[in-house]
Amino acid sequence: MTEIATDQAAPSARRQSKDRLRRRHAAERRFRLYGMIAVAVALLFLAGLFAAIFSIAYTALGQTEIALEIHFDGALIDPDGTRNGDVLARADYGALVKDGLGTLFPEVKGRRDRRALRKLLSVGATFELRDMLLADQSLIGGRRTLWLPASDDVDMYAKGLVAGGADNGGRINAKQAVWLDLLRSQGQLEQRFNWRFFLSGDSREPELAGILGAAVGSLLTLAICLALAFPLGVMTAVYLQEFAPRNRWTDLIEVNINNLAAVPSIVFGLLGLAVLLGFAGMPRSAPLVGGIVLALMTLPTVIIAGRAALQAVPPSIRDAAFGIGASPMQVVAHHVLPLAMPGVLTGTIIGMARALGETAPLLMIGMVAFIVDVPLGPTDPATVLPVQVYLWADAPERAFAERTAAAIVVLLAFLVVMNFAAVLLRRRFEQRW
Amino acid sequence: MSHLLIILAILSLAAIGFRMGRGRALALAGGDARALHSLPNHYGGYVLLNCALPGLAVIAIWLAVEPHAIRWLVLSALPGDFRVLPTERLGLAYDDLRNLAHGVAVNHAADAVLSAAASHYLALRRIAVVGLVIVSLAVAGTGLWRGWRRVAPNFAARRAVERYIRVALIAASTVAVFTTIGIVLSLVFETLRFFGKVTLWDFLFGLEWSPQTALRADQVGSSGSFGAVPIFAGTLLISAIAMAVAVPAGLFSAIYLSEYASRRVRDVIKPVLEILAGIPTVVYGFFAALTVAPLIRDTGGSFGLDVSSESALAAGLVMGIMIIPFISSLSDDVITAVPQSLREASYGLGATQSETIRQVVLPAALPGIISSILLAVSRAIGETMIVVMAAGLAANLTANPFQAVTTVTVQIATLLVGDQEFDSAKTLAAFALGLVLFVMTLGLNLMALVTVRKYREKYD
Amino acid sequence: MSAIAMRNQEAAPADIKMRAAGVDVSYGDKQALFAVNVAIETNTVTALIGPSGCGKSTFLRCLNRMNDVIEGCRVSGQITLDGVDVHDRAIDVVELRARVGMVFQKPNPFPKSVYENVAYGPRIHGLANSRAELDDIVHSSLRRAGLIDEVRDRLDEPGTGLSGGQQQRLCIARAIAVEPEVILMDEPCSALDPIATAKVEELIDDLRERYTIVIVTHSMQQAARVSQRTAFFHLGEVVEQGETGQIFTKPVDERTQAYITGRIG
Repeated sequence: MTEIATDQAAPSARRQSKDRLRRRHAAERRFRLYGMIAVAVALLFLAGLFAAIFSIAYTALGQTEIALEIHFDGALIDPDGTRNGDVLARADYGALVKDGLGTLFPEVKGRRDRRALRKLLSVGATFELRDMLLADQSLIGGRRTLWLPASDDVDMYAKGLVAGGADNGGRINAKQAVWLDLLRSQGQLEQRFNWRFFLSGDSREPELAGILGAAVGSLLTLAICLALAFPLGVMTAVYLQEFAPRNRWTDLIEVNINNLAAVPSIVFGLLGLAVLLGFAGMPRSAPLVGGIVLALMTLPTVIIAGRAALQAVPPSIRDAAFGIGASPMQVVAHHVLPLAMPGVLTGTIIGMARALGETAPLLMIGMVAFIVDVPLGPTDPATVLPVQVYLWADAPERAFAERTAAAIVVLLAFLVVMNFAAVLLRRRFEQRW
Repeated sequence: MSHLLIILAILSLAAIGFRMGRGRALALAGGDARALHSLPNHYGGYVLLNCALPGLAVIAIWLAVEPHAIRWLVLSALPGDFRVLPTERLGLAYDDLRNLAHGVAVNHAADAVLSAAASHYLALRRIAVVGLVIVSLAVAGTGLWRGWRRVAPNFAARRAVERYIRVALIAASTVAVFTTIGIVLSLVFETLRFFGKVTLWDFLFGLEWSPQTALRADQVGSSGSFGAVPIFAGTLLISAIAMAVAVPAGLFSAIYLSEYASRRVRDVIKPVLEILAGIPTVVYGFFAALTVAPLIRDTGGSFGLDVSSESALAAGLVMGIMIIPFISSLSDDVITAVPQSLREASYGLGATQSETIRQVVLPAALPGIISSILLAVSRAIGETMIVVMAAGLAANLTANPFQAVTTVTVQIATLLVGDQEFDSAKTLAAFALGLVLFVMTLGLNLMALVTVRKYREKYD
Repeated sequence: MSAIAMRNQEAAPADIKMRAAGVDVSYGDKQALFAVNVAIETNTVTALIGPSGCGKSTFLRCLNRMNDVIEGCRVSGQITLDGVDVHDRAIDVVELRARVGMVFQKPNPFPKSVYENVAYGPRIHGLANSRAELDDIVHSSLRRAGLIDEVRDRLDEPGTGLSGGQQQRLCIARAIAVEPEVILMDEPCSALDPIATAKVEELIDDLRERYTIVIVTHSMQQAARVSQRTAFFHLGEVVEQGETGQIFTKPVDERTQAYITGRIG
């Protein structure tokens, strides 16, 4: 240590220049700013996304309807007076609508104008009249003022989303626009709550299309997915965390699970197509197949969350149970698993939320078909909410855009509920050891 | 429906077995459960498992074999001129007669042969149901009896039951392995068939992709061409754009949240960022196609640029935003895991916070960050809905982000959605692309796993 | 309070490098230090002793404002370096820490090479204009830390690969490479074996010629061996301070007495 004196320099001999210090602090502020910008970009995008979706979606809550006096003319519906269900079901309800419009606009003559007039109303109006009559035959011969759905073009025009007049490219021509304004001034054209959107299946006509079919399909698919992924996931997690010996085989299983968690979802769709549909001969478009595919996809999430939850249970609990002579199986079943359950359930809910939003693998197994009927069982052809969004997003009609956005809002609402449940569960049962 | 009833019957039998096993154990012990080796419920459970497992196994095997057996029996009973039909026609005929048997209208008049075959089919189905009831109940009953006989006070029922459970646990843990095997086998098998029609060389190095095979062989371009280079290039272009957004944004978000933001800010912003990861990708696709793409096209147009309305830029940007949380949350974890003592050592030397982060924290966390980026690339390559909805179908070989390109996932989706002819090169090409996708993501995932494992070893 | 102040024998003002006057520190709702007054003499080793949780480390971290890093930590009172308040707006915390360096309880070399560990400080402060100058600083710092002979051939190997005692001396070399005026040491030997401890203690004694050193220690023997002045902390207060010999042989306060004789843990 004698050298110390030789390479001494007075400590204060160097003092960094104020300039350098200023540069370093400027760099510090810049760096911090980059971080804020990055966060801001993500948040702004999120805000933009929600703003765009909600601003398009909210108009789908209402549906333009036209009040029309309908004369349930017995001579038209049931000329022979049979009151037979088949006869009534096949009657020409379109004629009733035409008559109703005719009495409202007696001055409209000529085939083209009449067609234009008829087109104000949705084709669904006739079906609604039929269903109404089949439910209540006493209507025959009577007159009723009914609110009937307008066609999607009228709906868009009435909501101010498209311009009218043939000259500026609108799908509502000048005459129709006049009629509609007249109806509106007479209080016969209104926005009414769009119950059809929530209570019907898909349709080619935007004004009749609803999400019930897709929602039920999602529910069935998710039920199958949960029924498979939860028990299998918990069992695997328990085995790997509590019983498995540490060897190459379990190491392989672990690597495999971690890898599966990151395999693109569309690959699971290919698996479903080749194995479940091609090899096992299961039905196309069925929630059963969708549920199995999504279960295989969600399984790694459940397993990883389950293992983390099991690992968080302190060894002291196990020691205590072993100490009073419980078997390994009893230790897990009576103590470890119940304590880990909140974590396992949280992971499962998060996995289910992912499965609910998944689209790509379901396209592969045919859940992308156009299906009008609401599915009743796991083997009925069905579609799910995100696929419905995809289908409608592709449709050319302007009226489908707002329905797509509205379906997204419904989907997001389901996701929010699920994630909220997961957060609550975690808050309520979280244990700090 | 009848199968559900059979399963219920077996389960009821098993429940009876539980009562019997439990009762016998207690009776043999003279009503004193302490005289038994295991708890009475273990004896019950032992009998239950001995009854239900074989019974359910029989049902499972039966259901797997039955349709094939019936089909073979029905078809071999058909007159000779049917047997010479090609496989597909025979399959159609079989579908017809099944529809006939189930009372579904068949589009052409049912002939006598088909009707006869249909009733034959129905008869076989009835026999099969009766057979299944008898066999499965008999097996379950035998199992019950054998289990019940083994019940004795010194019989270690708990250990026997736990052995069953252990086997079940092991079986469950192999499902994930079989999933991977299933993926690999199905992809490889179909891909090999694809390479029977298109050569590997043409697929991997061909510059033209137009899979639309014509319906009739004499039409122009009937063969289609399957050069996948434009698809790979498109995938890389969109992924590169996505990563150009996601890596800086994700990394800087992670740094800001873990190093700069106060606890309160972090508690609010972190979950909000996680929302980005929770939004279904179909929603991003809709937003990209409806809002972002037109915005970019119009903005580009006002600068005199020719921007496609399905530009790679729009899809890549939106995908990049989607990926931000994948990078930020994993990076956040590894940055937080860097020991505080390293930061203090650096501050103690008079380093500013950003100097500490750049020169001490980030190098220490680098393996974890790299692994998060690799996983993010894997996700970008495998992402489907955003590109299906916002990127194009045209297989352009270009590096211009304003043009439309297509990706592996888009092609898989479009080739397989809608009516498919099985065995056509077009359908099989999707599986070949799927295999490429699987191999690429597998490589990235494994690299990520290895790097993050090394990192864990360093600080655990 | 005045009674305690009277028992505290502070050094003559001329030799004082740092001085704390009425320093209160609290973490959230919990107050850790109460009106602490300590004077630190130039080119002297000052030992801070006291039972664990008494606030001596907290106080040490106030001296170069390392507590700024901890969320919810509030410091009030006056701490001066060469008569200038370290909380003064004119004082840059980065510059302050360059002048008042720190060595920590657990050796914490960066996961970089031995060379890079020592070169880190001079690099960020721009102390070297060339690679040769940097080499000079690194070598002389390692020499002054008594480590050069052990690591001469291993400069490119990771600093984390050294033994515990070597790591701690590396951390000291890293601290002195920035040419600080004061070095704060927070129980620098508590993670080391006796032989490594002896080496570090010897080093501290050597360093005193150039630097002012403040050392927090658990071990009274260590305080007796290396320090010239000692301050005894108890429950967040400075009970007594003065010449080390005097504190250990003729403590005034009975709490100091109790601690030294081993009655307070």
